[in-house]
Amino acid sequence: MVLTERDYRLIASIQDGLPLVSRPYAELARQLDMGEEEVIGRIAEMQAAGIIKRLGVVVRHRELGYNANAMVVWDVPDERLDEAGSLLGAQRCVTLCYHRPRRLPDWPYNLFCMIHGVSRKSVLAAIERLIDELDLDGIAHQVLFSGRRFKQRGGHYRHSRSFGEP
Amino acid sequence: MDDLDRAILNRLQEGFPICERPYARVAEQLGIGEAELLHRLEAMLAHNRLTRFGPMYNAGRMGGGLTLCAMSISDSDFERVARQVNEFPEVAHNYARDHRLNMWFVIATETPGRIPEVLGRIELITGYRVYNMPKKEEFFVGLKFEL
Repeated sequence: MVLTERDYRLIASIQDGLPLVSRPYAELARQLDMGEEEVIGRIAEMQAAGIIKRLGVVVRHRELGYNANAMVVWDVPDERLDEAGSLLGAQRCVTLCYHRPRRLPDWPYNLFCMIHGVSRKSVLAAIERLIDELDLDGIAHQVLFSGRRFKQRGGHYRHSRSFGEP
Repeated sequence: MDDLDRAILNRLQEGFPICERPYARVAEQLGIGEAELLHRLEAMLAHNRLTRFGPMYNAGRMGGGLTLCAMSISDSDFERVARQVNEFPEVAHNYARDHRLNMWFVIATETPGRIPEVLGRIELITGYRVYNMPKKEEFFVGLKFEL
Protein backbone atom coordinates (compact mmCIF):
# COMPACT_ATOMS: atom_id res chain seq x y z
CA MET A 1 0.00 0.00 0.00
CA VAL A 2 1.38 3.40 -0.97
CA LEU A 3 0.45 6.11 1.50
CA THR A 4 -0.85 9.35 0.07
CA GLU A 5 -0.79 12.89 1.36
CA ARG A 6 -4.37 12.34 2.57
CA ASP A 7 -3.31 9.24 4.49
CA TYR A 8 -0.57 11.14 6.25
CA ARG A 9 -3.05 13.83 7.25
CA LEU A 10 -5.33 11.12 8.61
CA ILE A 11 -2.45 9.43 10.46
CA ALA A 12 -1.46 12.71 12.07
CA SER A 13 -5.03 13.46 13.09
CA ILE A 14 -5.62 10.20 14.99
CA GLN A 15 -2.23 9.60 16.57
CA ASP A 16 -3.22 11.30 19.81
CA GLY A 17 -6.51 9.48 19.99
CA LEU A 18 -9.84 8.90 18.33
CA PRO A 19 -12.60 11.41 19.07
CA LEU A 20 -14.89 10.27 21.88
CA VAL A 21 -18.12 10.90 20.04
CA SER A 22 -20.74 8.59 18.65
CA ARG A 23 -19.44 8.83 15.07
CA PRO A 24 -15.68 9.38 15.49
CA TYR A 25 -14.82 8.77 11.85
CA ALA A 26 -17.40 11.33 10.74
CA GLU A 27 -15.86 13.80 13.18
CA LEU A 28 -12.37 13.16 11.74
CA ALA A 29 -13.78 13.51 8.24
CA ARG A 30 -15.24 16.89 9.18
CA GLN A 31 -11.89 18.08 10.60
CA LEU A 32 -9.99 16.88 7.54
CA ASP A 33 -12.54 17.90 4.94
CA MET A 34 -12.94 14.32 3.77
CA GLY A 35 -15.94 12.01 3.65
CA GLU A 36 -16.77 9.61 6.48
CA GLU A 37 -16.65 6.71 4.04
CA GLU A 38 -13.21 7.72 2.87
CA VAL A 39 -11.90 7.92 6.45
CA ILE A 40 -13.36 4.51 7.30
CA GLY A 41 -12.03 3.02 4.08
CA ARG A 42 -8.50 4.39 4.46
CA ILE A 43 -8.19 3.36 8.12
CA ALA A 44 -9.45 -0.13 7.31
CA GLU A 45 -6.98 -0.38 4.47
CA MET A 46 -4.06 0.82 6.60
CA GLN A 47 -4.96 -1.76 9.23
CA ALA A 48 -5.22 -4.54 6.63
CA ALA A 49 -1.80 -3.52 5.28
CA GLY A 50 -0.29 -3.63 8.78
CA ILE A 51 0.56 0.07 8.82
CA ILE A 52 -1.81 0.33 11.76
CA LYS A 53 -1.01 -2.71 13.91
CA ARG A 54 -4.01 -2.27 16.10
CA LEU A 55 -6.65 0.29 16.89
CA GLY A 56 -7.74 0.45 20.49
CA VAL A 57 -6.39 1.28 23.90
CA VAL A 58 -2.84 1.37 25.17
CA VAL A 59 -3.00 0.99 28.94
CA ARG A 60 -0.65 2.52 31.48
CA HIS A 61 0.36 -0.81 32.86
CA ARG A 62 1.91 0.51 36.04
CA GLU A 63 -1.13 2.53 36.98
CA LEU A 64 -3.18 -0.62 36.48
CA GLY A 65 -1.23 -2.75 38.88
CA TYR A 66 1.37 -4.29 36.58
CA ASN A 67 4.25 -3.02 38.64
CA ALA A 68 6.95 -5.43 37.54
CA ASN A 69 8.14 -5.27 33.98
CA ALA A 70 10.98 -7.53 32.99
CA MET A 71 12.91 -7.66 29.78
CA VAL A 72 14.13 -11.24 29.59
CA VAL A 73 17.01 -11.74 27.17
CA TRP A 74 18.32 -15.06 25.89
CA ASP A 75 21.49 -16.15 24.15
CA VAL A 76 19.91 -18.64 21.78
CA PRO A 77 22.03 -20.66 19.35
CA ASP A 78 21.16 -19.31 15.89
CA GLU A 79 19.73 -22.63 14.72
CA ARG A 80 17.25 -22.69 17.61
CA LEU A 81 16.19 -19.03 17.34
CA ASP A 82 12.99 -19.48 15.33
CA GLU A 83 11.85 -22.34 17.51
CA ALA A 84 12.55 -20.52 20.79
CA GLY A 85 11.04 -17.25 19.52
CA SER A 86 7.84 -18.93 18.39
CA LEU A 87 7.49 -20.86 21.65
CA LEU A 88 8.07 -17.83 23.85
CA GLY A 89 5.90 -15.56 21.71
CA ALA A 90 2.95 -17.91 22.10
CA GLN A 91 2.96 -17.73 25.91
CA ARG A 92 0.21 -15.74 27.56
CA CYS A 93 2.56 -13.91 29.91
CA VAL A 94 4.89 -12.77 27.09
CA THR A 95 3.77 -9.43 25.66
CA LEU A 96 6.55 -8.87 23.08
CA CYS A 97 9.15 -11.16 21.55
CA TYR A 98 11.87 -9.95 19.19
CA HIS A 99 15.07 -11.16 17.63
CA ARG A 100 17.70 -8.42 17.98
CA PRO A 101 21.42 -8.44 17.17
CA ARG A 102 24.09 -9.44 19.67
CA ARG A 103 26.66 -6.76 20.50
CA LEU A 104 29.71 -8.83 21.35
CA PRO A 105 31.58 -8.92 23.60
CA ASP A 106 29.37 -6.73 25.80
CA TRP A 107 25.99 -8.17 24.93
CA PRO A 108 25.60 -11.83 23.88
CA TYR A 109 21.78 -11.93 23.88
CA ASN A 110 19.78 -12.23 20.66
CA LEU A 111 16.20 -12.93 21.75
CA PHE A 112 14.26 -10.37 23.80
CA CYS A 113 10.88 -10.81 25.42
CA MET A 114 8.83 -8.67 27.76
CA ILE A 115 7.00 -10.15 30.70
CA HIS A 116 4.76 -7.97 32.85
CA GLY A 117 3.37 -8.99 36.21
CA VAL A 118 1.95 -7.61 39.42
CA SER A 119 5.20 -8.25 41.31
CA ARG A 120 8.81 -9.24 40.68
CA LYS A 121 8.11 -12.49 42.48
CA SER A 122 5.28 -13.43 40.13
CA VAL A 123 7.37 -12.49 37.08
CA LEU A 124 10.30 -14.62 38.26
CA ALA A 125 7.95 -17.53 38.91
CA ALA A 126 6.55 -17.16 35.40
CA ILE A 127 10.06 -17.22 33.94
CA GLU A 128 10.94 -20.38 35.88
CA ARG A 129 7.79 -22.00 34.57
CA LEU A 130 8.66 -21.01 30.99
CA ILE A 131 12.16 -22.45 31.27
CA ASP A 132 10.77 -25.66 32.63
CA GLU A 133 7.87 -26.09 30.25
CA LEU A 134 9.67 -24.97 27.10
CA ASP A 135 12.87 -26.84 27.87
CA LEU A 136 15.04 -23.71 27.84
CA ASP A 137 17.33 -24.58 30.72
CA GLY A 138 20.36 -24.95 28.47
CA ILE A 139 20.01 -21.38 27.18
CA ALA A 140 21.72 -18.56 29.04
CA HIS A 141 19.37 -15.75 30.00
CA GLN A 142 19.16 -12.63 32.09
CA VAL A 143 16.22 -10.83 33.63
CA LEU A 144 16.37 -7.02 33.46
CA PHE A 145 13.68 -5.53 35.64
CA SER A 146 12.78 -1.95 34.93
CA GLY A 147 13.39 0.72 37.48
CA ARG A 148 12.18 4.20 36.88
CA ARG A 149 10.21 5.03 33.80
CA PHE A 150 11.38 8.34 32.40
CA LYS A 151 9.12 8.53 29.42
CA GLN A 152 6.25 6.55 27.94
CA ARG A 153 4.57 7.57 24.76
CA GLY A 154 4.06 6.25 21.30
CA GLY A 155 6.16 7.38 18.39
CA HIS A 156 4.96 10.74 17.22
CA TYR A 157 4.45 11.61 13.59
CA ARG A 158 4.32 15.07 12.18
CA HIS A 159 2.21 15.73 9.18
CA SER A 160 4.75 16.55 6.53
CA ARG A 161 5.56 15.46 3.04
CA SER A 162 9.11 14.75 4.02
CA PHE A 163 8.61 11.38 5.61
CA GLY A 164 8.21 8.26 3.60
CA GLU A 165 6.58 9.93 0.66
CA PRO A 166 8.03 9.21 -2.74
CA MET B 1 -11.56 0.86 38.37
CA ASP B 2 -14.43 -1.58 38.65
CA ASP B 3 -15.30 -4.74 36.76
CA LEU B 4 -16.90 -2.78 33.94
CA ASP B 5 -13.77 -0.63 33.45
CA ARG B 6 -11.70 -3.80 33.33
CA ALA B 7 -14.07 -5.40 30.82
CA ILE B 8 -13.88 -2.27 28.65
CA LEU B 9 -10.08 -2.23 28.68
CA ASN B 10 -9.80 -5.94 27.98
CA ARG B 11 -12.20 -5.58 25.08
CA LEU B 12 -10.51 -2.49 23.62
CA GLN B 13 -7.05 -4.03 23.81
CA GLU B 14 -8.38 -6.51 21.23
CA GLY B 15 -9.12 -3.76 18.75
CA PHE B 16 -11.74 -1.23 17.80
CA PRO B 17 -14.40 -1.53 15.07
CA ILE B 18 -14.06 0.52 11.91
CA CYS B 19 -17.67 1.36 11.14
CA GLU B 20 -20.03 4.33 11.46
CA ARG B 21 -20.85 3.84 15.14
CA PRO B 22 -17.99 1.84 16.64
CA TYR B 23 -18.69 2.77 20.25
CA ALA B 24 -22.28 1.59 19.92
CA ARG B 25 -21.03 -1.76 18.62
CA VAL B 26 -18.52 -2.24 21.44
CA ALA B 27 -21.09 -1.11 24.01
CA GLU B 28 -23.55 -3.66 22.73
CA GLN B 29 -20.97 -6.43 23.07
CA LEU B 30 -20.37 -5.36 26.65
CA GLY B 31 -24.07 -5.09 27.43
CA ILE B 32 -24.02 -1.37 28.18
CA GLY B 33 -25.15 1.78 26.41
CA GLU B 34 -23.03 3.83 24.01
CA ALA B 35 -23.14 6.90 26.28
CA GLU B 36 -21.96 4.84 29.26
CA LEU B 37 -18.98 3.53 27.28
CA LEU B 38 -17.97 7.04 26.14
CA HIS B 39 -18.33 8.33 29.67
CA ARG B 40 -16.16 5.53 31.09
CA LEU B 41 -13.45 6.09 28.47
CA GLU B 42 -13.37 9.81 29.15
CA ALA B 43 -13.02 9.14 32.87
CA MET B 44 -10.22 6.60 32.40
CA LEU B 45 -8.31 8.95 30.11
CA ALA B 46 -8.78 11.77 32.60
CA HIS B 47 -7.49 9.54 35.41
CA ASN B 48 -4.47 8.57 33.40
CA ARG B 49 -5.25 4.85 33.16
CA LEU B 50 -4.59 4.89 29.42
CA THR B 51 -1.72 6.37 27.49
CA ARG B 52 -4.08 6.80 24.62
CA PHE B 53 -6.98 5.49 22.70
CA GLY B 54 -6.21 5.19 19.03
CA PRO B 55 -3.84 3.51 16.61
CA MET B 56 -0.60 1.65 17.19
CA TYR B 57 1.40 2.29 14.06
CA ASN B 58 3.99 0.04 12.51
CA ALA B 59 6.80 2.53 12.10
CA GLY B 60 8.68 0.33 9.64
CA ARG B 61 5.73 -0.01 7.28
CA MET B 62 5.08 3.72 7.46
CA GLY B 63 8.56 4.32 6.20
CA GLY B 64 9.85 5.37 9.61
CA GLY B 65 12.83 4.16 11.62
CA LEU B 66 12.54 2.41 14.98
CA THR B 67 15.15 0.89 17.22
CA LEU B 68 15.92 -0.15 20.79
CA CYS B 69 19.03 1.36 22.34
CA ALA B 70 20.95 0.74 25.53
CA MET B 71 23.65 2.66 27.39
CA SER B 72 25.90 1.88 30.32
CA ILE B 73 25.97 4.98 32.51
CA SER B 74 27.87 5.52 35.75
CA ASP B 75 25.73 6.31 38.80
CA SER B 76 27.11 9.81 39.10
CA ASP B 77 26.20 10.68 35.50
CA PHE B 78 22.87 8.91 35.36
CA GLU B 79 20.56 11.85 36.06
CA ARG B 80 22.35 14.12 33.64
CA VAL B 81 22.34 11.57 30.83
CA ALA B 82 18.68 10.63 31.44
CA ARG B 83 17.76 14.28 31.12
CA GLN B 84 19.82 14.73 27.96
CA VAL B 85 18.44 11.59 26.31
CA ASN B 86 14.82 12.42 27.17
CA GLU B 87 15.16 15.83 25.57
CA PHE B 88 15.38 14.20 22.16
CA PRO B 89 11.90 14.18 20.62
CA GLU B 90 12.88 10.97 18.83
CA VAL B 91 13.14 9.11 22.15
CA ALA B 92 9.75 7.44 22.59
CA HIS B 93 10.24 5.85 25.98
CA ASN B 94 13.06 5.32 28.37
CA TYR B 95 13.48 2.95 31.31
CA ALA B 96 16.20 2.41 33.85
CA ARG B 97 17.01 -1.31 34.11
CA ASP B 98 19.12 -3.22 36.58
CA HIS B 99 22.04 -4.35 34.46
CA ARG B 100 25.42 -2.97 33.50
CA LEU B 101 23.53 -1.62 30.48
CA ASN B 102 21.25 0.40 32.73
CA MET B 103 19.38 2.76 30.42
CA TRP B 104 17.09 1.42 27.69
CA PHE B 105 15.10 3.54 25.29
CA VAL B 106 13.30 3.42 21.97
CA ILE B 107 14.07 5.80 19.14
CA ALA B 108 11.47 6.52 16.45
CA THR B 109 12.34 8.67 13.45
CA GLU B 110 10.47 9.68 10.33
CA THR B 111 12.95 7.85 8.10
CA PRO B 112 15.32 4.94 8.86
CA GLY B 113 18.21 7.04 7.61
CA ARG B 114 17.88 9.41 10.57
CA ILE B 115 18.54 6.69 13.18
CA PRO B 116 22.36 6.80 12.90
CA GLU B 117 22.27 10.59 13.02
CA VAL B 118 20.25 10.64 16.24
CA LEU B 119 22.45 7.95 17.84
CA GLY B 120 25.50 9.96 16.88
CA ARG B 121 24.11 13.11 18.45
CA ILE B 122 23.22 11.28 21.66
CA GLU B 123 26.75 9.88 21.87
CA LEU B 124 28.25 13.28 21.21
CA ILE B 125 26.12 15.11 23.78
CA THR B 126 26.30 12.50 26.56
CA GLY B 127 29.84 11.24 26.00
CA TYR B 128 28.65 7.63 26.28
CA ARG B 129 28.38 4.84 23.73
CA VAL B 130 24.90 3.90 22.48
CA TYR B 131 24.32 0.20 21.74
CA ASN B 132 21.93 -0.03 18.82
CA MET B 133 19.70 -3.12 18.82
CA PRO B 134 17.15 -2.86 16.02
CA LYS B 135 14.53 -5.55 15.67
CA LYS B 136 15.52 -8.24 13.19
CA GLU B 137 12.45 -10.40 13.52
CA GLU B 138 9.22 -10.13 15.43
CA PHE B 139 7.71 -13.21 16.99
CA PHE B 140 4.79 -11.58 18.73
CA VAL B 141 3.28 -8.15 19.34
CA GLY B 142 0.23 -8.78 21.48
CA LEU B 143 1.03 -6.31 24.25
CA LYS B 144 -2.23 -7.02 25.96
CA PHE B 145 -2.73 -6.95 29.70
CA GLU B 146 -5.39 -9.12 31.28
CA LEU B 147 -7.08 -6.82 33.77
